[in-house]
Amino acid sequence: MAVSISRSQRPQTEDRERKAESKVGAFSMLAFRLRQALTQPGTYVGLLGIISMVLLWYVLTELLALPRFNKLPGPVAVWKEFTSRTPTYGISIYTPDYYMHIFWSVWRVTQAFFWATILGVPLGLFMGWRKTFRDYTFPILEIVRPIPVLAWVPIAILMFSGIASREAPIIFLTFLAAFYATVLNTMLGVESIDEVYFRAARCLGAKPRHIFFRVVLPGALPFIFTGLQIGVGVGWFSLVAAEMLSGEYGLGFLIWDSYVLSQFQVIIIAMVTLGVIGYFFSAAIRIVGNILMQWTERGSV
Amino acid sequence: MSNNPSQSSAPAPEGAISIRNVSKIYDPEGVNVLAVDNCSIDIAPGEFCVIVGPSGCGKTTLLNAIAGFHNITHGEILLDGKAICTPTYTAPPGSERIVVFQNGALFPWSTILDNVAFGPIVQGTATKREAEEAAHRLLAELGLPDIANRYPNELSSGMRRRVEIARALINSPKVLLLDEPFRAMDALTKGVAQEFLLQVFDRVRKTVFFITHDLEEALFLADHILVMTTRPGRIKCALKVDLPRPRTFHVRASKRYLELKSEIFAAVREEAAKAFAAGERELA
Amino acid sequence: MKFRKTIFSATVVRGVISVVSLLVLWEAGSRLHILFLSAVPAPSEVISSLEKIIRNGKFWNDWLASYWRVAEGFIAAQIIGVPLGLAMAMNRNFYNFVFSPLEVLRPIPPLAWVPTAIIFWPTTELSIAFVIFLGAFFTVVLNVLGGARNIDERMLRAAASFGSRKSDIFWKIILPSTLPSIFTGMAVGMGITWEVVVAAEMIAGKSGLGYLTWASYVGGNYPQIIVGMISIGIAGYLSSALIRFVGKKVTPWQRQQ
Repeated sequence: MAVSISRSQRPQTEDRERKAESKVGAFSMLAFRLRQALTQPGTYVGLLGIISMVLLWYVLTELLALPRFNKLPGPVAVWKEFTSRTPTYGISIYTPDYYMHIFWSVWRVTQAFFWATILGVPLGLFMGWRKTFRDYTFPILEIVRPIPVLAWVPIAILMFSGIASREAPIIFLTFLAAFYATVLNTMLGVESIDEVYFRAARCLGAKPRHIFFRVVLPGALPFIFTGLQIGVGVGWFSLVAAEMLSGEYGLGFLIWDSYVLSQFQVIIIAMVTLGVIGYFFSAAIRIVGNILMQWTERGSV
Repeated sequence: MSNNPSQSSAPAPEGAISIRNVSKIYDPEGVNVLAVDNCSIDIAPGEFCVIVGPSGCGKTTLLNAIAGFHNITHGEILLDGKAICTPTYTAPPGSERIVVFQNGALFPWSTILDNVAFGPIVQGTATKREAEEAAHRLLAELGLPDIANRYPNELSSGMRRRVEIARALINSPKVLLLDEPFRAMDALTKGVAQEFLLQVFDRVRKTVFFITHDLEEALFLADHILVMTTRPGRIKCALKVDLPRPRTFHVRASKRYLELKSEIFAAVREEAAKAFAAGERELA
Repeated sequence: MKFRKTIFSATVVRGVISVVSLLVLWEAGSRLHILFLSAVPAPSEVISSLEKIIRNGKFWNDWLASYWRVAEGFIAAQIIGVPLGLAMAMNRNFYNFVFSPLEVLRPIPPLAWVPTAIIFWPTTELSIAFVIFLGAFFTVVLNVLGGARNIDERMLRAAASFGSRKSDIFWKIILPSTLPSIFTGMAVGMGITWEVVVAAEMIAGKSGLGYLTWASYVGGNYPQIIVGMISIGIAGYLSSALIRFVGKKVTPWQRQQ
């Protein structure tokens, strides 16, 4: 969510305003927010929350070693394994294998996400813009969409049994999840554009192609980015499941494999890594969105 | 286009609008709603014509028909003798009759410069550089400070409205259609915006078709006021406003202004009371 | 007259045309072993598989098993998630304290928890239910928070100016205002729940529609895979529709005129 600098925080004179304006960009916004965050008590309560959670985990699994909990690895054990140069199970920040698994997961998500965007955004834009097109395409989408992405696993394997049979199903499943989110949100984005902008553009002599590139596309952009963020989230979710079911490398595969081999610390390492990377993907999209949509960043009247 | 032989050296005046016996029936969910009933209006080129009436009386319907956003059920609308709206034909919206909308329609995702330069660029009448230069010039002419690289969200509503007028003017329209453009402004900003509009009008002398429910505004701006009844909208009466131009806010205290004011208030009040009693929903 | 207009309106006709065309293309593609459809069963095969499986009564057991799991995890997510979300909305400090750990845990896909859940919980069923719970939980909390945040300040101020007690403000303003978001959260959570159920059943289950789908693949009964998929789709759609229906009944003020 974009934070706007309220009028009372803007410098008073025209000159200083103009100078400040020219410096305001995505990065200064980040710095500003960081400074704000550090001075608020809320941030520290938040940190306390995270520390408490880790503490609770430690207490339950290692300190008190309660009945069911003692089977799970505790934070100390995980940390030791993660930071050791010769980890017992071959995965730590010093082992290349760790980064290989990360690479495979990230690479697959990137590919899937790329295709979901390239195919999903234009499709969504047309569906939102032209009713006739939507009449033909929306029913198909709505009939197929209720089928959970992961129910496609066997069919995905069958579909690609001749072609790139190992990677393609996983990427397809990830793609599908992201695709639904992208198309729907893009379509909603177009529908959210006030009719008035279309009318104004027509008055000013815009032809359909102008309306598409200068009204439909920019108007839907906020929703498109929401869709992309959601898409990355659900895509990531599907990727892990797909990897667990049929992968050979990747973090999802790592989780399942280490479970099968009873290498419990690695499970936790992989889970945490998943969380962190997933978070960064989301944040990256949000930042790109904020940069492209400067008009929502800069002040509001 | 009409040719006036006595002015054969000057270009023929453009922007004459003829609304002849126009009616519009809406049909939402099978219930016939007569929005506009047999209206006839003649607007001379370069005239500032204002339509007043209570909310929901059909003023916007007329404007939309002139602009080409929908058709009409009876009658015809002519621009310089050419039919632009009939029951069977609606000329698509175009730059000879540009609308300035009530809540503003500056594209929020474009800078002011891109907004103003939009028309010439998409019509292909100028290159990007030419259009931007023209936009800069026009903005400066209209006394708008150096805001070309700002976004509409950063400006006050008064400035935004002015930019929107600039965006329309750069296309040299024959007619400017303004749909209650100053409605959402506070009284102080409104006054300044109105004076701005008059200055622009004095300079370019285009035909203006202006809708408002504010009688003072109508008197201040118009050459010619038309009062519409509540739905179904009919032209109740017309008023010639012979106040001298250029007008400043001083004119609001003049004797003639006050005479005209009591005339028009009486005419409109009756209709407004009827609308109130009928529980008319305010059109957004 | 209006009914006939709706059935034969251009929109519906176009929709029917596109769906039918898709089925025809699919049938042709499968029979002719074109590209991606070379190993995929054709609609005709799917239909005969459907007939067979309906006659075999066990099919409905799988439906029940999946629905049961969905209900368990989903209800658990509501029972814990809604009060938590509301509590976070009411108290700033509590919000800050809980929000950070939630945000840290949320990006971890629920299915990544499966091994941990299996290790921890005594039975497979419980571990599956736990993972399902996780899937829906975060969505529910976020939606409740979103709804609570959007409560118009003015309503709260109006209530305060009437001298309302804190409990009144909660039950009569905050809760009803948040209800639409709670139901939206439920509908979205339901979708995620089914995803997780299906995956969990495929990975570690012994019954249910997801298990059926996977077992059909493993057993070489390919048309049955698609029967499974469609069943899950229908089952999921029905549960979402149910929630929407209940939601509309509970929030009559949301009805459009």
